[in-house]
Amino acid sequence: MIAHIFEDLCNGCNRCVAICPTHVLDAGDGAPVIARLDQCQTCYMCELYCEADAIYVGPDAQQPESVDPQAIRASGHLGRIRRDHGWDRPDEPGHLDLYRLLGPLLQEGGETAARRYRAISAGEIDPDR
Amino acid sequence: MSDILTQRCDVLVIGGGMAAAWAAIAAAKAGASVILVDKGYVGTSGVTATAGPNHWWIPPDPVRRREAIEQRHAAGLGLGDPAWMERVLDTTWRTLPDLAPYYRFGSDGKGGAYYSGVRGSEYMRALRAYASAAGARILDHHPALQLLTDEDGAVVGARGHARLTRTDWDIRAGSVVIATGGCAFRSGLIGSHGNTGDGYLMAAEAGAELSGMEFSIQYTVSPAWASTRTLPYTAARYYDAQGREIVAPPRGHAHYQALGAALLKGPVYADLIDAPAALPPILKDIQPFTPPPFVRKGVDLFRDRWPIKLFGEGTIRGNGGLRIVDEDCGTSVAGLYAAGDAATRELATGAISGGGAVNSAWALTSGQIAGAAAARRGLAIRGKAAGRALAVGSAGIAPASADRPIDRKMIEADIDHHMNGYLHSLWRSRTQLSDSLALLDTHWRTISDHSRAQGLALVALRETAAMTATARWCTAAALARNESRGIHVRVDAPALDTAGGARLLTGGLDRIWTRPERRVYAEAAA
Repeated sequence: MIAHIFEDLCNGCNRCVAICPTHVLDAGDGAPVIARLDQCQTCYMCELYCEADAIYVGPDAQQPESVDPQAIRASGHLGRIRRDHGWDRPDEPGHLDLYRLLGPLLQEGGETAARRYRAISAGEIDPDR
Repeated sequence: MSDILTQRCDVLVIGGGMAAAWAAIAAAKAGASVILVDKGYVGTSGVTATAGPNHWWIPPDPVRRREAIEQRHAAGLGLGDPAWMERVLDTTWRTLPDLAPYYRFGSDGKGGAYYSGVRGSEYMRALRAYASAAGARILDHHPALQLLTDEDGAVVGARGHARLTRTDWDIRAGSVVIATGGCAFRSGLIGSHGNTGDGYLMAAEAGAELSGMEFSIQYTVSPAWASTRTLPYTAARYYDAQGREIVAPPRGHAHYQALGAALLKGPVYADLIDAPAALPPILKDIQPFTPPPFVRKGVDLFRDRWPIKLFGEGTIRGNGGLRIVDEDCGTSVAGLYAAGDAATRELATGAISGGGAVNSAWALTSGQIAGAAAARRGLAIRGKAAGRALAVGSAGIAPASADRPIDRKMIEADIDHHMNGYLHSLWRSRTQLSDSLALLDTHWRTISDHSRAQGLALVALRETAAMTATARWCTAAALARNESRGIHVRVDAPALDTAGGARLLTGGLDRIWTRPERRVYAEAAA
C-alpha cells in the first residue's frame, strides 16, 4: 500500500490524485493527502506517473506498513518503477523491444513444469529426494 | 446535491479499460458525440493497465484461421461461436496496428513491429490518447450508479457521482455501452479493486440478462502478500511448510485443487529455480511492476522460497457477463450494448477461459463493434425530442423498507469467502452452492430493503450491492449447470452432460432465475 509521500520532493502537481484508479488520495496544501488507504490496491501507478519520484508504495497489499523515510530515500527504490518503464526518457526508442519474449518465456516455463510433472508421475524423479 | 452536471451525447460509454476505450474510439470515429465515464482514471483503471495483454493473433491466411477457430471451438466444448471467433481474429488483426501513433510497438526481432503483445500501462495510456484524439470526451472519477430508461424501457443515459468534485451527474445519450469489466469480488487480484460488477448490476436493473456466470472460477498464483503478474510462476515448484514438494498437475482445475488443498492445510511456498534462464535479467524490462513486491520485501524472487496465495479472478478470467443477443453486441435491452469482460465471452471462447489472449482480442473487438453500433443508434435518434427518463435500480438508493445501518464489511467478507475461498470455488457441489446462495440472498435482502446512502458512500454501497448480485448470479448458474464443463467444475457432477450443451442464462434481482438459452446462433459445423 502507498506508504509515504516525500513532501520535499513533491512538486504539488496532484497528478497522482487524478490518476489513482481507486481514489486513495485527496489534493492537499502542497503534497497530496493519503485519505482512503483502505482503497489502495498496491498497483504502483502513482509511482509510475510521479515525475518528481516523490512516492513510495510498500510491498504489502493487505496491510499498511510504516516505513522509515530516510531508509527509503537511501534505498534507490524511489523512481525505479518509472525508470524501468522508460518513462523518464520518452524519446528513447526500444523500450518495448524485449516484449516479444513474453510469450515464448511463458511457453518455456509451462513446458518445464509439464515435463517435471510427467517425470514425477512416471516415478523417474522423487520430489522428496 | 447542489449543482448537477448535466450533459447530452449520442453515445455514453461506461467503463475505463481497454474495451471501453476501443468502444469510445469506434463511436467517435463513426461521427457520434461520445462521453466516456469511468470510475477511476482511463489509463490506470482495470486489470489491463497493470498487465501485459497478448491478443489472439492469427494472420489472415484462411487455412491458419480455420485451424485456430476449429481448435478453439473444440476446446470450448460447444458453447463458442465460430462466426464470432472469425470476427474477433479479423477485427483484432486489422485494428490493433491503428494504435501505432500512440503506442511505440516493439521490435519483432526480424525488422518489423511486434503487435500482438502490449504492455498494459503504455497500452492504456495510448488508448486514452487515441480516444481523446478521436474526439471522445473522457470523464475520469465519474462512477455511474444507475441507468436511465425511457417509457419503452430503452436505455437513454446514466446517472452517477463525480468523486473528485463530489457532485452528481446526469448524462442523456442515444445509446449506452457497458464496458465496466468483470468482477473478482475484491480478491486482491492486481488491478481489480474497482471491478465490482457495477455494470452487471446496472444493466440487470434495466432488465438485461447474463450468460455463462457459472464460468467464474479462475485463480492466479502470487506471493501471499500481493498479487502480481504471472510470468515468473509458470515453472514454479511448490512446497509445504515441511519443505516437501507439492506435486501439482501443471495446469487446469486440478492444478488449483492441488495448491488449494495444500493451502487449506497450511502455508505453501514456491521457488523459481526452474525458471527459464533468459528470464531473470530481463524481467524488469518486460514487466517492471513484477520485481518491486519482492525487492521491497527483501525477497530474492529467483533464489528464495516465498509463501504463495491464489487470487480469485471471478468473471475477469472467467467467461460470464451480459448476454449478447445480436451481431452488434446488443444486450437484451434496447439502447444498451456490452463489451469486454462486462459481456459474456462464451462467443469467443466457449466454456474454457479466454486467458489473456482471447479475452483481450474479444475486448478490442466487442468494443469496436459495440461502439460502432451504439453510434449508429445514437446518430439515428439524434435530435429526436427526448421524453422522460427514469433512473432504474433501487438497491442502496430507495430501500424497500426502513433505513438502517448495514455492515458492508461483513457482507464483503462473506462474498470473498464464498466466491474466492478455495473450498467453495474449487470443490463446488450442490450442497455448498445452495448454502452460499441462501446466505447471499439474505445479504441482498438486507441491502435492498434497508440501505441508503449518498455521494461517495453511495458509490461504495453500490459496489457492495453489485458484488452481492454478481455472486448470486454466479452461484445460481453454478447450481443450475449440473455437470462439469470447461472451467465450471462440480465435484458432485464431474462429467459432461450431453444435455448441457447450451449456454445458461441468468438474471433477476430479488428473485434470481436461470434458464438454458434457446440457440440463436447457427450450430457449429461438427
